[in-house]
Amino acid sequence: MIYAALAERIRGNKPTVLLTVIDGPNTGSTLLVSPDQKKFPTLGTLGDEELDRVAARDALGELEAGRTSVRNYGPSGQVTPEDLVGTPTVRIFVESFSPPPQMIIFGAVDFTAALARVAKVLGYYVTVCDAREVFATKRRFPMADEVIVTWPTPVLAERGPDLGARDAVCILTHDPKFDVPAIQGALATAVGYIGVMGSRKTHAKRLERLAEVGITKPADLARLMSPIGLDIGSRTPEETAISICAEIIGKRVGRNVPSLANTSGPIHR
Amino acid sequence: MREILGDIDRWRSQNKRIAVARVIDIEGSGPRDPGAAMAVNEDGEVCGSVSGGCVEGAVVTEALEILQSNSQGRLVKFGYSDDEAFAVGLTCGGVVHLFIQPLNW
Repeated sequence: MIYAALAERIRGNKPTVLLTVIDGPNTGSTLLVSPDQKKFPTLGTLGDEELDRVAARDALGELEAGRTSVRNYGPSGQVTPEDLVGTPTVRIFVESFSPPPQMIIFGAVDFTAALARVAKVLGYYVTVCDAREVFATKRRFPMADEVIVTWPTPVLAERGPDLGARDAVCILTHDPKFDVPAIQGALATAVGYIGVMGSRKTHAKRLERLAEVGITKPADLARLMSPIGLDIGSRTPEETAISICAEIIGKRVGRNVPSLANTSGPIHR
Repeated sequence: MREILGDIDRWRSQNKRIAVARVIDIEGSGPRDPGAAMAVNEDGEVCGSVSGGCVEGAVVTEALEILQSNSQGRLVKFGYSDDEAFAVGLTCGGVVHLFIQPLNW
């Protein structure tokens, strides 16, 4: 059953792509493809071996880009216009299922619980990390997918290579011992969002400490959203969590949102 | 699809026949992106959504018809420019293209 395999791959956070003929010969037929074809073999058929091969190859490209789209082929996978003359068109819906985006939150504080909750609503895989085992417990953060007791450097060394434009690192500690290595580690990745909590005064002092460890490049500093969140006058941890997540959405889609990092004046009025 | 797997699994374990409707394309303004999915079982029970609630009622009718016929799936379009059978549209003025098929795969 293709559906059963699809459900299993989605639940296991394994990237997979489902192809469905939506128009043309064999309408309704499906093909399920995953990048790791040894572990997750291709299942089903679109009705033609060559069409399966060509469409599967294209679909893996779409999956890599995280795109869902409709593609047109000839009945045997033809794509060039001269080969398509006089043949029916097979329209195929290519639906990509990527693993959820990741949010890594450094610092096990009250703001962390609220942020983890809102991030879960938005579909993130949430990891909470703090070096203090008294605070970093699953009991305090039941909504997080993982709670790990360690320092930022090893976490980012291990997971950094997987982080991309859709992912977020939120640094909520106000502790220089923790936030400087977290910022250093996050800047070494391609993560799309780096938010750092703290007042404007804290941010200014932090810049000095970052300079001491050699982080001075304007392009690096521009990646730091600090103070974290949008200038919406949020006060409670929950309101702050909303303002952080709204900033993440705005930055991801390239909208010009009123980030505290780009405004001046008091954060709370 | 992720959010409707639980309901679909339950219906499958009850041997219900199921139709799945997926958004395949949006023209203009639309509330849900391609891939948004809803499922309808033979009793007319529903999970998931393909719009902001504007077209779901019409999708149920269409889905039940597909389950009753031998259709392997069909393309359905809802929107203000719709000149087909359904006078249902999106309040936001866009056009949503759906593919509705029996879950027999």
